Amino acid sequence: MTEEKKNIRRNASAKNGELLSIVKDGVFYKNPILVQLLGMCSVLAISTTVINGLGMGVAVTFVLVFSNIIISLLRNLIPSKIRIASYIVVIAGLVTVVEMIMKAYLPSLAESLGMFIPLIVVNCIILARAESFASKNRVLPSLIDGLACGAGYTVAIFAVSLIRELFGYGTLFGFSVMPESFSPALLVILPPGGFLVLGGLIALYQYGMNKLRKGEGEK
Amino acid sequence: MLNLIAISISAILIENFVLVKFLGICPFLGVSKKTETATGMGFAVIFTMTVASALTWLVQTFILEKLHLEYLQTIAFIFVIAALVQFIEMFLQKKIPALYSSLGIYLPLITTNCTVLGVAILNVSRGYNFLETVVYGFSAGVGFLLAIVLLAIIRERMEYADIPAPFRGIPIVLIAAGLLSISFMGFQGLNLPF
Repeated sequence: MTEEKKNIRRNASAKNGELLSIVKDGVFYKNPILVQLLGMCSVLAISTTVINGLGMGVAVTFVLVFSNIIISLLRNLIPSKIRIASYIVVIAGLVTVVEMIMKAYLPSLAESLGMFIPLIVVNCIILARAESFASKNRVLPSLIDGLACGAGYTVAIFAVSLIRELFGYGTLFGFSVMPESFSPALLVILPPGGFLVLGGLIALYQYGMNKLRKGEGEK
Repeated sequence: MLNLIAISISAILIENFVLVKFLGICPFLGVSKKTETATGMGFAVIFTMTVASALTWLVQTFILEKLHLEYLQTIAFIFVIAALVQFIEMFLQKKIPALYSSLGIYLPLITTNCTVLGVAILNVSRGYNFLETVVYGFSAGVGFLLAIVLLAIIRERMEYADIPAPFRGIPIVLIAAGLLSISFMGFQGLNLPF
């Protein structure tokens, strides 16, 4: 049996467990924002409202999934010396597509995300997944990996923007949810608030992970 | 002239690229453990940003706008920046090996530093002319240097602090950056007299 066939058979048997662990890693254990600290710029900058946060999450997930698929398909064709440049061209093309779609159908969202849409090109998450996953794996796992990492990014940015919108404006999705007497904490939506909220959130995550690990150790 | 000074002060202090505009957070957090490496990264960024600003402005004005290809801006700019970084790397390796080895891996990392692409896009969207573009790119780089060196100094001090377990690692750095950002907010009240 050739090496390739063996690989295919092994992949098929390990498929379900493997795919599940890709999802768990992407969303939780190796969350791109909370653990790997990749692509922080957009998370800090546009997480002032939940709608912006979700819009950014969807845009990044879209680019991530398609760049993973395309790079996985081309992985045997791209010479390794110019691979980074090739990945960037693929990613830049996809980002241009997202930018044009968003400007056409969601002009107000495109307006508020501003330059952070073209800046998805230099978002390290996408290049990191292309380099460390899609260039070495088949199309289906790469697709799942893109979805999982995109979901992990979206969850993190959603959490940050939820806290910032709730305390900074007293609203959620633009609707007022806090009592009349609540006075918004302006600092939370100003730039320093982004650093402080994300710092607190990562501390909370590390606290939870430490508890979890201790619990497993005692068993 | 006064206009150029205003652009420069505003890019360094009032709307500092890292602490107010949130650009270049990855190297800001990743390369700020030691003051020397932070300084090296800062100077590499200043140089790349100044040259990249000039080149992208020329590409935008004389190629993209002439041919009505503005929608290719993102692809064209990232290509220019990637090629430029590669070129600087080769040039330094040949001509100034001492500087090359001291910058080390930080040089290729600048390609994915969003300050460089960010400043190129901002130059175009603000409609700056060539001179303003170069000054803005240079000053934005100086702002990056200032922020990353300040954070590196704070982090060196924090090495000896007793930090609560969940905050160890990146959370305390983010909070320090947040406090730094609060102090930079003070500059927003700065009224330039011209």
